[in-house]
Amino acid sequence: MMAGILSLTTFAPLIGVAAILLLRMTGKADDPRAVNASKWIALATTLATLALSIVVVWKFDAGQSGFQFVEDGAWFAGLHYRMGVDGISVLFVLLTAFLMPLCIMASWKTIEDRVFEYMIAFLVLETLVIGVFCALDLILFYLFFEGQLIPMFLIIGIWGGKNRVYAAFKFFLYTLLGSVLMLAAILAMIMIAHTSSIPELMAYRFAPQAQTWFWLAFFASFAVKMPMWPVHTWLPDAHVEAPTAGSVILAGILLKMGGYGFMRFSIPMFPDASHQFTPLIFALSVIAIVYTSLVAFRQTDIKKLIAYSSVAHMGFVTMGIFSGNLQGEQGALFQMLSHGVISGALFLCVGVVYDRMHTREIAFYGGLVNRMPWYAAVFMLFTMGNVGLPGTSGFVGEILTMTGTYHASTWTAVVAATGVILSAVYALTVYRRVIFGTITNPALATIGDLDQREVWIFAPLIIGTFVLGLQPNLVFHLTNASIDHLVAAYAAAAGK
Amino acid sequence: MLTDAFSLAGPEIVLALGALTLLMVGAFVSRGGALFSLAAMLVLAAGAVIAAAGPMGRAFSGGLVADQISVFAKVVIYAASAVAIPLGDAWMKQRGTERFEFPVLVILAALGMGMMASAGDLISLYVGVELQSLALYILAAFQRDDAKSSEAGLKYFVLGALSSGLLLYGASLIYGFAGSTRFDVIAHVVQAHAGAGVLFGLVFLICGLAFKVSAAPFHMWTPDVYEGAPTPIVGFFAGAPKLAAMVLLARVLTEGFGGAIDQWRQVLVMIALASVAVGAFAGLAQRNLKRLWAYSSIANVGYALVGLAAGGPAGVQSMLMFMVLYTVDVTGFFACLAALNRDGRAMETMDDMAGLMRERPALALAMTAFSLSALGLPPFSGFFGKFYVFKAAIAVGGYMPAVAVAALVGSVVAAFYYLRLIKVMWLDPAPGSTDAPAGGARVVAYSAALFAMPVVLVALRVIDPLAQAAAVALSAR
Repeated sequence: MMAGILSLTTFAPLIGVAAILLLRMTGKADDPRAVNASKWIALATTLATLALSIVVVWKFDAGQSGFQFVEDGAWFAGLHYRMGVDGISVLFVLLTAFLMPLCIMASWKTIEDRVFEYMIAFLVLETLVIGVFCALDLILFYLFFEGQLIPMFLIIGIWGGKNRVYAAFKFFLYTLLGSVLMLAAILAMIMIAHTSSIPELMAYRFAPQAQTWFWLAFFASFAVKMPMWPVHTWLPDAHVEAPTAGSVILAGILLKMGGYGFMRFSIPMFPDASHQFTPLIFALSVIAIVYTSLVAFRQTDIKKLIAYSSVAHMGFVTMGIFSGNLQGEQGALFQMLSHGVISGALFLCVGVVYDRMHTREIAFYGGLVNRMPWYAAVFMLFTMGNVGLPGTSGFVGEILTMTGTYHASTWTAVVAATGVILSAVYALTVYRRVIFGTITNPALATIGDLDQREVWIFAPLIIGTFVLGLQPNLVFHLTNASIDHLVAAYAAAAGK
Repeated sequence: MLTDAFSLAGPEIVLALGALTLLMVGAFVSRGGALFSLAAMLVLAAGAVIAAAGPMGRAFSGGLVADQISVFAKVVIYAASAVAIPLGDAWMKQRGTERFEFPVLVILAALGMGMMASAGDLISLYVGVELQSLALYILAAFQRDDAKSSEAGLKYFVLGALSSGLLLYGASLIYGFAGSTRFDVIAHVVQAHAGAGVLFGLVFLICGLAFKVSAAPFHMWTPDVYEGAPTPIVGFFAGAPKLAAMVLLARVLTEGFGGAIDQWRQVLVMIALASVAVGAFAGLAQRNLKRLWAYSSIANVGYALVGLAAGGPAGVQSMLMFMVLYTVDVTGFFACLAALNRDGRAMETMDDMAGLMRERPALALAMTAFSLSALGLPPFSGFFGKFYVFKAAIAVGGYMPAVAVAALVGSVVAAFYYLRLIKVMWLDPAPGSTDAPAGGARVVAYSAALFAMPVVLVALRVIDPLAQAAAVALSAR
């Protein structure tokens, strides 16, 4: 009875695109009423998509480990249009649909130029991102995965900051280079296994040597996407130049595709190679956690700081994924969801002051608590979430990934734990410098607190952080069966 | 028996008679016009229908072959030629240089290309290539008052004559060592013993055809000719003739030299990788879009050659898919260029395109689609072409997967210039307003853009089995 709901959720944003295009073609480009209408259309479409994704999660049978709501239609050359979600992907669909309306709201007043195109780019991006998480055919997955480079390139390139062209090119070319290697591996896998179906490939055992090559090719793509040290350098540029909503999507969702890819492809399809490369992943993760935390500490731009902090947090995710045990995988998945909410919220926090002052220099601010008490409270909450304070969602993910890693490799966990301290150091330092003290910069004397629109944006994020932090079982309930299955299959493959 | 032969040659006869009739009519009315062009397009359409509905087989002692692959190629070639006629007419009308010879020459070129697709021996191969080339030389120089156009025609002719010489020399060597001009007889000789003489001839033959598809290192003429020739004609050059030459190459290699695949694969791989590299790196330095697209086409032919080098039905099919999708793309791109003018002057450089997204959003979107498609980014049609090519290459094994990866990395380098065009169109401020684009060019551009995305997603279900049948038919012999 729910057949087709995934396609509907995926392609619902395109209905909004069609409506906006119609509006654009019938009216004038600079008619303020039409511009306003396009925003409302975008918001309504994303909210409808959110409603659909809630239905998906609601109807999702948590007891099953396999794929649900599966759709399958023959396409061409043996490929299929195949969609479906399991416990690993279903929450990413919800996360995407949850963050998108907030992005549209966050752009409501700040985007004044080419609003039509902006809204269309975001809606197209939403379709492609949801598609990535729902696709069950390798080529279909690749279509969605690569396709989102285009809207993101435009979002950074058109509505970004001063150095936006450089950042957009860097983002595009880095990701593309990783992806073409993955494409080669995908084609080889299809040739060897004679199927492009992801569920069938998950059950297929490739020869160990082939696994090594495939693993490396997928790693090239996902490590860039994630991003892992040392291929993370595109991320700070992209974040700094992207508009606020672009950063939210980038940190909140696009980075998660890397982690999702590891969990969906690398671990189940190439277990031998994953096992073999675990030390490499652990080493890179630990370097990412410690090194980028230190780098974050030295940043003068708030957005860049959060970008580096994202790289560090993704280090916990990769570590957890390759720990290969239940805590690690659960923690990694949880950390990705939690980071999606918290880092998105932090970028929105930066956006609040950037919209008012048009600078992100830490030194420019100071003493904001005197003028913006509500803002200070919200920022405090998400900073704490980022640090991993118990009670917020950040805590659950970090503790679980570290427990999982401790079982797999004690030293890795011990070194990674220092990252928790380092994250407190940089996050609290920047918080103190921006929020506390007295206002010394006269430009800040008249800065206003959160307005109603911003309260509406932050309210769901605050609720999300606490719900995830206090009731993590809501997530584990949905993911347990699939992750159990993943871990069991991985252990069986590695223990042969 | 003879009637059979003539019914096999139906498309050629219709086109030849049509061209000659139109030429005569044109000589009396002395100028073309909408009706004249329409008649030319009808001749091409009739040729396509007759080719599709006609019988299959061999005629004229094996010199002419009608099989699935020739039909497949002819339908695409005639369609692309038919599209070129209104595009060229509109463009020349704007410049006051329209002539009735233009549609006639397009038909003659299409006739030559059709013969290339149907060639069953070395003689008809050469006749087809020359008929096509001579028509194209004249078309390149069609703006005869324009020095650049004349230069393009002359360059094309001189270098084309050189390549025809290579081709002919190779053909004569093959004939000398194999004792026959027929591909099927050559195949027996090669199967028994692929001696140095035959292979030497084959290499010359490949070089001559590589020139026609503008593969490196025989690509030198391409940027100059593309830059000088009238824009809609370049769109025609870059699509159908290359498809015809690739099909011909596929037939020679598969039908005649199937037994020597290990030898010619090396040659093709070298040419393919050189083309991808030249197209990617040299394209980075181009500011003129016609030159840029010349390099882009060099790189794209490189990909098609990777597919052909894979060999077998899968390889031939991948080449066919790639070339068909690419033909639509390149026709659409040059239709966009043909539609764009600023103050009566053609917009041909990167800088001219600045701010096009604000000025002409629909055309800018179409050009964005063609750029992304040429780059091979999903979900645009160019990606699916690459999908087939690299799938075929990887399936062969040996060193071919490494070739595929190298070519893929080349596409990342090329990505830079496609992105630069998109950046210029979307991000930069416009220097001034553009003239109203011609209607015909716009229709072609938008149709091609819609094909590149999203129609291709459905169309593949139709094209895929056709190309597969064509490739299987070729490889079965």
